[in-house]
Amino acid sequence: MSRLRLKILGSAIALLALPFLTHALLGQGWVRILDFALLYVLLALGLNIVVGYAGLLDLGYVAFFAVGAYCYALLASPHFEVHWPLWALLPAGALLAASFGVLLGTPTLGLRGDYLAIVTLGFGEIIRIFLNNLNTPVNITNGPQGIGLIDPLRIGPWSLGETLHMGGLEIPMVMNVYFLFLAGVLLAIGLSRRLERSRIGRAWAAIREDEIAAASMGLNTRNLKLLAFAMGASFGGLSGGLFAGFQGFVSPESFTLQESVMVLCMVVLGGMGNIAGVVLGAVLLSVLPEALRGIGGLQELLLGRVWVDPSNLRLLLFGLALVLMMLLRPEGLLPARARQRELHHG
Amino acid sequence: MDIFLQQLVNGLTLGSIYALVALGYTMVYGIMELINFAHGDVVMVGALAGLSVIAFLVGQGWPAFWAVTAGVLLALAACMLLGWGIERVAYRPLRKAPKLAPLITAIGLSIVLQQVSALLWGRGYLSFPAILPTTSLSWNGVILTGIQAVIIVLALLLMAGLLVLVQRTSLGRAMRATAQNPAVAQLMGVNTDRIIALTFVLGSALAAVAGVMVVAYYNVGHYTMGFMLGLKAFTAAVLGGIGNLAGAVLGGLLLGVVEAMGAGYIGDLTGGYFGSNYKDVFAFLVLIAVLVLHPNGLLGRRAREKV
Repeated sequence: MSRLRLKILGSAIALLALPFLTHALLGQGWVRILDFALLYVLLALGLNIVVGYAGLLDLGYVAFFAVGAYCYALLASPHFEVHWPLWALLPAGALLAASFGVLLGTPTLGLRGDYLAIVTLGFGEIIRIFLNNLNTPVNITNGPQGIGLIDPLRIGPWSLGETLHMGGLEIPMVMNVYFLFLAGVLLAIGLSRRLERSRIGRAWAAIREDEIAAASMGLNTRNLKLLAFAMGASFGGLSGGLFAGFQGFVSPESFTLQESVMVLCMVVLGGMGNIAGVVLGAVLLSVLPEALRGIGGLQELLLGRVWVDPSNLRLLLFGLALVLMMLLRPEGLLPARARQRELHHG
Repeated sequence: MDIFLQQLVNGLTLGSIYALVALGYTMVYGIMELINFAHGDVVMVGALAGLSVIAFLVGQGWPAFWAVTAGVLLALAACMLLGWGIERVAYRPLRKAPKLAPLITAIGLSIVLQQVSALLWGRGYLSFPAILPTTSLSWNGVILTGIQAVIIVLALLLMAGLLVLVQRTSLGRAMRATAQNPAVAQLMGVNTDRIIALTFVLGSALAAVAGVMVVAYYNVGHYTMGFMLGLKAFTAAVLGGIGNLAGAVLGGLLLGVVEAMGAGYIGDLTGGYFGSNYKDVFAFLVLIAVLVLHPNGLLGRRAREKV
């Protein structure tokens, strides 16, 4: 077997074994954390298309996550008494998010850099405020209370929301979900790789490096930018749908600007434009705050008692880690090769 | 008409505070093209430091005026030191790094500042002691409270002072030169490192004053208060044309007034369907509308695109 095949086989086995190992060593809670990490990977990959490939700074990315989540929640819950199947829900969420991407992209085509950033940020806030307040005059989103009792993720006869029995093997909910999310992430990685090397991906890179030059080479920058927004948004929508089905509950609180900022941190810190880097950044930043939860126990162990409030200390260390990692590796942990070349040779 | 004038007064008060904070954003942006995400939290530190000093001194029996003066001075000192430190630790090492790197350190610092403040001041709401005189001017039903008057006048004075500093002194000339072209400024003998540090210190000083104004106006302070305030102020800076001092002032005042008007009128305009909880939507819609029509902000000059 060639080395590449071995590598693929090895990572496949590792990815399949990971939830079982985690379950055995760290318990069910950590499998749940892995599930969320996968959702963040999906989000980060989507934002990477907009920021990393096309170079459009988007600070309101969580809006698309919200659109996907609410799309799922409204079409599969007692709220409107509609119950769509999963195979229709996820594409619907992705499509709706993509059209919101175009909606955001269209008026902002002429804006650059930080002006674009602030408009996207405003867009994200507008979506959140609407979700928060659209319970009057007609109750659409149920306001700040959010929507509950959402149908669990269900594939054919199997509901992933409960423990599955497969040939004597018991697979708890968090693991079923892990495999579904993993499939989503692999799909997104495959798509990203194909896009990056395609004509479209190269056109995005050209726009990112120099928009005027790209336009004068005959690229339709308008359509390409809209496409970047739509593609990135569809990943967010997909992730949102999965999130809603997993949680069984959505409320506007999950879609704050902080979330957008966190996803951006994942992309930049991991290495913009490089899929492996983005995945690493997303996993690292979603697992790190959870790992830091042990800080209270650690204090007790080392110092005899809890001196500093662990929940504050945890976030404090997280912030410090962001600063330090960026100072040590300004180009990201695993930068894209092209970007690294640019940095080190003029 | 009464509502209109009253909301105008309220909006101008809020807008003056936004403008002071927006100046900090815009000065830093003008000189190094960096969104200083931690600026809102510098305002918060100034607010909480000022509040706790004032509360302590009032408890010691100091008269209100001197307690407030001391509080403002201490907030100033704390924020200026903080601004200097932030530039030194998080931004200076990244000046030649890719553009988004300092954005991430700024976000990290913002988290750190919030959590340290939560540890220092607790996670609850802090209330401002009731020491300010409650006198107010009333004219045709429009009320201007004493604190509103002080905020507006003090903000105007500070802005005028900043304008004189930037336009009329040699320090200001050095700042403008650094903003225009740091390499050439350095060749002309400007110590750009020092100028950049000073810009941060100046912006933080304005932030300190704005912070004390906010807690005195709303009577309450909290360790997360800097976030929304910073966001609004940054929006104001972009609205006016980021990097442009007059633009930041205009954007701040405009945003304050738009928000107040939105809160006052949105219910009537939409027949009661949308309440004042949509006022932030209003502010952001105005921002988007302005930027779509005027991509470089109200007073921003269109940058010539070089090929």
